[in-house]
Amino acid sequence: MVKITVDMDKCQHYGQCCFEAEDVFALDESGKLVYSKEADESRRADVESAADVCPMQAITVE
Amino acid sequence: MQRVVIVGAGLGGLRAAESLRSAGYSDAITIVGDEAYLPYNRPPLSKEALAGGVDIESLEFRRKASVDDVEWLLGSPVVGCDLAARTVTLDGGASLDFDGLVVASGIRPRRLPIPGPAGGRFALRTAADALAVREYLIPGAAIIIMGAGFIGCEVAATAIKLGCSVHVVALDEEPMVRPLGQELGAAMRRRHEARGVRFHLGHTIVAFTGDEHVRSASLSDGTELKADIVIEAVGSVANTEWLNGNNLNLSDGLLTDSCMQVETPLAPMVAVGDLARHPNALFGSVPRRIEHWNIPTETARRAGPTLASLLAGEEPDRSPFIAMPAFWSDQYETKLQSFGMPGIADRTEVTSGSVDGACIIEYFDATGLVGVIGVDRTAELAPYRKALLARS
Repeated sequence: MVKITVDMDKCQHYGQCCFEAEDVFALDESGKLVYSKEADESRRADVESAADVCPMQAITVE
Repeated sequence: MQRVVIVGAGLGGLRAAESLRSAGYSDAITIVGDEAYLPYNRPPLSKEALAGGVDIESLEFRRKASVDDVEWLLGSPVVGCDLAARTVTLDGGASLDFDGLVVASGIRPRRLPIPGPAGGRFALRTAADALAVREYLIPGAAIIIMGAGFIGCEVAATAIKLGCSVHVVALDEEPMVRPLGQELGAAMRRRHEARGVRFHLGHTIVAFTGDEHVRSASLSDGTELKADIVIEAVGSVANTEWLNGNNLNLSDGLLTDSCMQVETPLAPMVAVGDLARHPNALFGSVPRRIEHWNIPTETARRAGPTLASLLAGEEPDRSPFIAMPAFWSDQYETKLQSFGMPGIADRTEVTSGSVDGACIIEYFDATGLVGVIGVDRTAELAPYRKALLARS
């Protein structure tokens, strides 16, 4: 499994991650980031792309 | 054993190395950078890191395990390149051989020749710049900012929050007018003015006075402004001088094709990031240099497979390049987010809300929608981004 952590002190809810892995990251109706803490190994490349494109560099992937 | 040399140890250089690895290139990589730091995130340098609450070390990018074996030559400016001999020359005279070259040397702030003392005049691009500038941002300090683009405006917001007196001097008619347009630019000016920033638009600084350190500035309209420090944010220059003499197209950055390859018969070569003037199929065939934060990552994703193919003696994928330009800016409690290229629009429409509050603005040219900006409406931009992607 891919383990995902978002530092919510850093996250500014820009939602760039959502475009890379929309099954893992989403903005809710109020514009706040919601995300899955785990994803299937097959999703690793997209989850890493999501971490790459975060302007605040708030996403850690293990 | 082949060797790729990446000139530039910023975001583009790091992502290029990672992209080469994921494209299957497993030989040597050397990354050469003029700064002493491993690649770090620059946007906080005009905000949190300038305000002093953030250590520069904490801005370092996480690096993928695939680049653990990369050789880093930091604090080591590259001063020349002989493509025919496939070498780059470092400051001090040493040279490095390469089989493939990645140009990721980025941009530097443009500096204007203005008469008067040089002390107290700063640009803001590097961690070292931010560390130097933040010493001066104390309550009551008189700050002059030259330029009303994103960096100038973000620094203005940071300095005001720290209790400084802030004057912004710029030739533009409104702050950030090129990317935001007249209407939103004016609205952002009002936000800044409400916090106490004073704008001198349509004017420039003609001279500084002081002995060794700037004490005041004379504006083109005759105004004299006291200055403890001047921060110059008047655009950028591509760092391409080290490539001179190799018969490359260096007019405004370095020209690439749709797969980021630099056209030369002399060596396998790609360019990424702020200096790469590349076509983008979303916005016609005109190659453009785009200084947005997401472009180094996007161009590196393409450049890695291209260079890996060239080094393997294979033809790279030359299909059109499609990347969505995106920018963000934080000023006070206002968050701007953009997709596309609002800067090339000739018509705007506020489709939701008002520019003095939360709103969405659509930007059009003769081809249709070319960009969108959300002001405190980030979550609603996804459909616009999708519409912009459908332009390809």
